[in-house]
Amino acid sequence: MEAGTQVTGGTPGGLGPLGVKRRRWGEEVIRALLFLATAISVLTTIGILVALLTESIPFFQEVGTKFFTETEWSPLFSDPQFGIWPLLNGTFLITGIAILVAIPLGLGSAVYLSEYASPRVRKTVKPILEVLVGVPTVVFGYFALAFVTPEILQALGIQVNIYNALSAGLVMGIMIVPTIASISEDAMRAVPGGLREGAYGMGATKRQVATRVVFPAAISGIVAACVLGVSRGVGETMIVLLAAGLQPNLGINPTDGYATITTFMGSAADGDNPAGSIGYESIFACGLILFVLTLIMNMIAIRFVRKYREVYE
Amino acid sequence: MTPPPPVEAATVRMPGTQFVRERGNRLKELGFAALLLIALGIALLTLLVLLLDVAIEGAGSLSPEFFTDTPSRVDPSSSGIAPAIMGTIWLMIVCAAFIIPVGVASAIYLEEYANRESRFARFVEVNVQNLAAVPSIVYGVLGLAFLVRGPLSLGNVVMAGGLTLGLLVLPVVIVAGREAIRAVPPSIREGSMALGATRWQTIWKQVLPAAIPGIATGTILALSRAIGETAPLIVVGATAFATTASTGLFDQFSALPIQIFGWTADPQEEFKALAAAAILVLMAILLSMNAIAIWLRNRYEQNW
Repeated sequence: MEAGTQVTGGTPGGLGPLGVKRRRWGEEVIRALLFLATAISVLTTIGILVALLTESIPFFQEVGTKFFTETEWSPLFSDPQFGIWPLLNGTFLITGIAILVAIPLGLGSAVYLSEYASPRVRKTVKPILEVLVGVPTVVFGYFALAFVTPEILQALGIQVNIYNALSAGLVMGIMIVPTIASISEDAMRAVPGGLREGAYGMGATKRQVATRVVFPAAISGIVAACVLGVSRGVGETMIVLLAAGLQPNLGINPTDGYATITTFMGSAADGDNPAGSIGYESIFACGLILFVLTLIMNMIAIRFVRKYREVYE
Repeated sequence: MTPPPPVEAATVRMPGTQFVRERGNRLKELGFAALLLIALGIALLTLLVLLLDVAIEGAGSLSPEFFTDTPSRVDPSSSGIAPAIMGTIWLMIVCAAFIIPVGVASAIYLEEYANRESRFARFVEVNVQNLAAVPSIVYGVLGLAFLVRGPLSLGNVVMAGGLTLGLLVLPVVIVAGREAIRAVPPSIREGSMALGATRWQTIWKQVLPAAIPGIATGTILALSRAIGETAPLIVVGATAFATTASTGLFDQFSALPIQIFGWTADPQEEFKALAAAAILVLMAILLSMNAIAIWLRNRYEQNW
């Protein structure tokens, strides 16, 4: 870029023809086109907001504060109810189960890969984790409904419904493990070796180095990984749609079925709700809640990631 | 720039004593290492069980007819994935035709034209990060509001589905494209410009060819993410029991993940085996795409 200004922009000394800048219209047009392409990603964000808001505003005008004060959700029934709590309850119950599985397994794997594994093991396992991040969630949904519920939970004698939060949560946890493991391993590897060596020099054992030096030093990256894990769980649709059922439920018994924000959106958007109906608008209202929730979590994660970058670069 | 507090605590407040007191407890050390290994083991083992279960359940249904038959609501034995595969191919064509030019152009603009420190560049960067974390079903809602109904009103057709997926994975291409372009050393650009090439000539003839392997890798990874997405397609109205294959951009469509969803959700047990077989096909496609991406990355990795 520096070079460009020197050739076409003229030199301070005024060396004759070199200093003459000719406007190149072709170049300008290309630049404008590239800018337009870049604007598409910004327009996507604006488009999401506009789509969610234009349909949500009439929804909230009609429903008002009942959205947050009532405890029943049945917008598609003839006597519709619009209390969001059962959906939020299902979302966070299942994500909670998932996180209870994903954080110990994910962080354990990350510490092992970062501090204990030989370079060869790490070189094999890390790409496997990265491929696993890409396994479609509908596959995990199949696994939860067709394997974990009948062959594990019911085989163990746990009285679960066909659709239940436990199976969906456990499988969602397994789905999130590679995400948490991969990001937090990166954070731990970014801790300078000098810190480890200093601790070893003081007589620390491997476990002490891992838990008291590396782990605290990488904590912001680890927190970011966990927040992103939660965010993935909250936004996940297919596992819950297949394995947790569609029943709005305010309970906490994990053997029952629960609807979540995403499952409602997925099941209501089947084309039976004409545009402009309250059922159609409720999809967008749920989308807005989901968008805001995940946006907040992502902002937190980005902030934490920045923090750990600042320390070691 | 300050060392993290825990290290300070260990070295300054209690010089040595704390570490020494606990040393020699070999059992604790071994136990901890074993726990970590178990964590990794459970995670990998579960995923292995998943793949094995799918393979065992699905292998029996994989026959040549499975690829040429259309899905049936009543008869599992004559059901196949022909419309789903055609739908997926069409979706990927639309998606690729959208993300390659737009993603690469954005990457070029952000790396070669925009001022890195400018507000716009930083805004776009944060925006791309945020877009990557928006739940996929929200993109479905975007497609529903603008492409299927609303301003474009395309209906639930291939074009709407493909563009929705394209918007969803666009950040992947932009990020990969930027990295690939950034990896081309400035000396290449300077050399080209010193010979009198314009900025665009430099980008088109020098920078882009050198960045193509990286861009191709990113694009394949983006498509491999798009090919398995289910939730946005449900929202934009893909059909799980399409009896005819899509033949154009404005046909209704099915897709492999949608077919898997439809069969898995079916209460009739026999359809689960078909779902497993379709998962095997999808996973085979996915793994080959990943393998190609890794091969591309290794084959054309360039050290300037």
